[in-house]
Amino acid sequence: MNIFKKLKRFYWPYKKYFIWSIIGMLIVTVITVVYPIILQITIDEVVAEQRYGLIPYICGAFLGLMMIKGVSTFFFQYLGDLFGMTAVYKLRESLYDKLQALAFKYYDNAKTGDIMSRLTADVEGFRFFLSVGFAELIRVVSLMLISISVMFYYSIPLALITMAAMPFLAFVVYKFDKQVHPAFRRIRRSFGRLNTRVQENISGMNTVKSLSREDFEIGRFSESNDNYRQKYLFTSSLWAKYFPVMEFIGNVSAVVLLAFGGIFVINGSMTTGELMAFFSLVWFIMGPLMNLGFIINQFSQAKASGERLLEILEAHEDVEEKPDAIDKEIQGHVTFKNVTLTYIEDDDEALKHISFDAPPGKTIGLIGATGSGKTSITQLLTRFYEPEEGEVLVDGRPVSDYKLKSLRSQIGFVLQEPFLFSTTIKENISYGTPGIKDEDIIAAAKMAQAHDFIMELPDGYDTLLGERGMGLSGGQKQRIAIARAICIDPSILVLDDATSAVDMQTEHKIQKALREVMKNRTSFIIAHRISSLKHADEILVLEDGEIVERGTHDFLLNNNGPYERIYNIQYQDREEIMSVAH
Amino acid sequence: MSKVKETKKQSKHLERFHYTVDQAIEKPFNWKQMWRLLQFLKPYSKTYLPGAIMAMFVATAVRLAIPILIGKVAVDIAIAQSDTNLLVYLVAGIAILYIISFIANRFRIKWVNILGQNVIYDLRQKLFSHVQRLSHRFFDTRSAGSILVRILNDINSLQELFTNGIINLLMDILMLSGIIIILFIMSPPLALAVVIVIPLMFIISTTLRRKIRRSWQMVRLQQSRMNSHLNEGLQGMRITQSFSQEKENAEFFDGVNSGYFNSFRDAAKKSAFFRPLVDICDAAGTIILIAFGSYLILNGTIELGTFISFAFFLGMFWEPISRLGQMYNQLLMAMASSERIFEFLDEQPNVAEKENAYEIEKMDGKIEFDQVEFAYNADRLALKKISLDIQAGQTIALVGHTGSGKSTIANLISRFYDPTSGSVKVDGHDLRDVTLDSLRQRISVVLQDTFIFSGTIMENIRFGRPDATDEEVKEAAKVVGADSFISRLANDYETEVEERGNILSAGERQLLSFARALLANPSIIILDEATASIDTESEVKIQKALKRLLKGRTSIIIAHRLSTIREADCIYVLEQGKVLEYGSHQELMQQHGKYYDLVKSQFTMLDAM
Repeated sequence: MNIFKKLKRFYWPYKKYFIWSIIGMLIVTVITVVYPIILQITIDEVVAEQRYGLIPYICGAFLGLMMIKGVSTFFFQYLGDLFGMTAVYKLRESLYDKLQALAFKYYDNAKTGDIMSRLTADVEGFRFFLSVGFAELIRVVSLMLISISVMFYYSIPLALITMAAMPFLAFVVYKFDKQVHPAFRRIRRSFGRLNTRVQENISGMNTVKSLSREDFEIGRFSESNDNYRQKYLFTSSLWAKYFPVMEFIGNVSAVVLLAFGGIFVINGSMTTGELMAFFSLVWFIMGPLMNLGFIINQFSQAKASGERLLEILEAHEDVEEKPDAIDKEIQGHVTFKNVTLTYIEDDDEALKHISFDAPPGKTIGLIGATGSGKTSITQLLTRFYEPEEGEVLVDGRPVSDYKLKSLRSQIGFVLQEPFLFSTTIKENISYGTPGIKDEDIIAAAKMAQAHDFIMELPDGYDTLLGERGMGLSGGQKQRIAIARAICIDPSILVLDDATSAVDMQTEHKIQKALREVMKNRTSFIIAHRISSLKHADEILVLEDGEIVERGTHDFLLNNNGPYERIYNIQYQDREEIMSVAH
Repeated sequence: MSKVKETKKQSKHLERFHYTVDQAIEKPFNWKQMWRLLQFLKPYSKTYLPGAIMAMFVATAVRLAIPILIGKVAVDIAIAQSDTNLLVYLVAGIAILYIISFIANRFRIKWVNILGQNVIYDLRQKLFSHVQRLSHRFFDTRSAGSILVRILNDINSLQELFTNGIINLLMDILMLSGIIIILFIMSPPLALAVVIVIPLMFIISTTLRRKIRRSWQMVRLQQSRMNSHLNEGLQGMRITQSFSQEKENAEFFDGVNSGYFNSFRDAAKKSAFFRPLVDICDAAGTIILIAFGSYLILNGTIELGTFISFAFFLGMFWEPISRLGQMYNQLLMAMASSERIFEFLDEQPNVAEKENAYEIEKMDGKIEFDQVEFAYNADRLALKKISLDIQAGQTIALVGHTGSGKSTIANLISRFYDPTSGSVKVDGHDLRDVTLDSLRQRISVVLQDTFIFSGTIMENIRFGRPDATDEEVKEAAKVVGADSFISRLANDYETEVEERGNILSAGERQLLSFARALLANPSIIILDEATASIDTESEVKIQKALKRLLKGRTSIIIAHRLSTIREADCIYVLEQGKVLEYGSHQELMQQHGKYYDLVKSQFTMLDAM
């Protein structure tokens, strides 16, 4: 219950929908039970007593009741739906805002697929419970109670006889539910595996085809395919086993009813109409009883869903804005003072005591093996992570003094993986500055050496990029990502391995263009190729989170350190290569 | 949709993203397609299909018999004449019928599901196997998502049709006509009066349902738009935060969320009309029964039992009619899904095997291109009259800009495409004459982006040759120098890895793909050299591994690194689908041609930077 209490703010404001829906439902339930009563009156009062004058009244009353029932049904159903979907609309909005506020740390450990299933299946499960589940529980219980009361009113012995079947039915339903829910879960899991199998196969199709492993893949697929079939058939065998039994118990009680009821009627202790009414009432009890298990299960599923949603809503936001954070134009003077960063507690530090100073107009180069901490340094600038120790200053102020938006909108980032959105190239380039003039977009694209290939595309800047920017090569995506960063006219520019898939000539052109723009601003360049960061004002060589060497290219070249070693590996054969030309 | 109550200020970010929704909606009914679909029942036409129909028949007959027994026999004879004996016999008879129905239902449910699941299994297996055989051209033009949707969702949407759908269709038709016949036999005038509600129910069931269905389709479209955005939004979250676009995206999402909400409300409202209308129809039937029925009893035309039987049967009308309406929906959806499935099944591989294709027994690895031309699409030639002569065991390098035709040459050697004109031969065999399997098993392509399947490291390497022993796998890993990093992993060779996981670095993935290729022991290796972000130290390791991998095999290298190119036996410099010049590094450098310029420019650029 605690979970529903925590989520109360999403549904409680709309309680009037729920209350009216329940009122409608209760009216419907009462009228449902009236049907057999009318049948009984018709048989006993009209036919048996031959009081045909009553017919118009009965018909009129019946018609009136059905009208009321119709209207009530409409409100019961519609308001119930409205209750659930309004709550979930608000819930989705909050989840989205929360997800956008969560820092990188959260996404380091979260899987997109997992979050997606919470946003879709769990939200839907919660909605269904609010709209249908809870009301259904009330409906089923009240229908049973009213029906039983009517039965007792008609004939106490017959009602008791009918009730005798209930424990049996309840037992079978209980056993069935206990087995069928895990079985359904197994189907879902099996389908998930089938999904993964196909997804991997299609994504890795080039690998499959190049190693000619189609038959092998078909074999593996048929295992998963068969597993799904088996899991499904097992579940349906449970249906085949229990469902006829449930129906049979209901039918047996009808037969017993006929036997005893028939005798009572013959005795004269009961009327034919009352017996017929019993036949209908039996199913008003048996039917709901069969569904009770499903409804209760929904309740526990909604609870589990709510719990998973709360996990997102209550996730800790590592980076919070100070209440008095400032909104200010920045010059781009970056200073790191003895900065240490740990991603996961008790893990090794990703950065150890990093210090450097980058006044506006300077370019800092970062080089080092994978995992040495290059990316971490740049991500502290924009407060994607918070340092454990030390200070990160921009223009002499700690970065935490700035409003996040103010800080980030002035720092241009080109991340390692050039993620593009499903929209036009134009919208992608102007992602950080929506609504910017076309000339500025084109100018940015030109600087990133993207303009020429964009113009060759069928729709130019209006070309739509599909799933994950499909249709463009890695180098082309990188160039659009660079244009996107230039477009925000940043005071600080970070290129994180941004030209790895671009050929050398193009890279050279991009760098030349960037040097113009970044004249009075600060740049950070992360690269593996010496050629990409050779011109930097200071190069930091990183190893295991520490700066092991620093200086200009010319200095480092003769420093007998790792930089020189990297240089030699990359350029050792230069002399040799050129020597054969003469 | 147009009924947005809360009139919000229109955000200018509502058109930020564009999502195309690839989803089956519905198609008009098509007999030919239905017939083709039904062919999948054929393997079971002598076993589960007739069994399920029989069981269904029995169960339906029992359901029809009971109201007659209760109304006509129990009420009219036993109770009316106070015949307790008859009542006992009758109760026993009904009990027996229920037992029969119990058994029949058990088998019906069982057989119907076996039938349906087998058909779905067959269909899915067929589709998947077919897709495996399709050529690169097929995969070039489609997103992974759209293929996935067909193999998984479209097939699943046929599940209901093949399990309960077809059998229920028969059952409902049988039931409905059974009821009508019985009613007419018992009392033609009363039957005529009561049956009026059937067309009424049909009209509601079809027309109103159609509207409801359309509005739910709208909901699904809105929903998949929203899900596309959520999925993309999560994957691009780092970009969004870097560019501080949270507010703008929230506005876009609000648009999507409201769109979904409004379509949902619209659909819910329409759906909520359905039940009351049906109930009113039902009530009309009951009123007719009470009024006209009691009049007939008064007349002496019918007995009380008939009246009671009618009351029971009237309650049984709705279920089959409602299900028939649903069935109609299902059929239309099945039409859309099956059309998309058949579209794939009808797709022919572009590189088809000849009927008399033969196996290559042994391959030395001599490759010839004779006047080869190739075009990916009609308007632009990717290769123009290329002739190459590559000796067995040689290493050749292909050099040139993006789009110069390097990858195309590689693709033609594995016969992922056929040349538009000219021929490609391996060991003198024209590739179009040999079986694809025997060709490709002797050629390994090491791709730029190595795909990691979820599974252990061992399984991933073994992908190169599924029958390799653990020792052979480890040996291959050792040769390419991958075992040192593997032994550092948590469970060394048994460590679980996956495509999107962070366990392996780019360099380590590359080494894995080398081990995979080595295990396959090919005669020809094609290497699309990665330029992706690999740090220098890893690159040195890769270079060493590469030498061991290429030893003794014909190798085609699409190269960027000068150090690799330089060691090739022959370098081909390509430009716009033509070979500009070729020869060894030394020869080309001395020619002072394009290659020389290319090499020189790299160094001058380095100095300039």
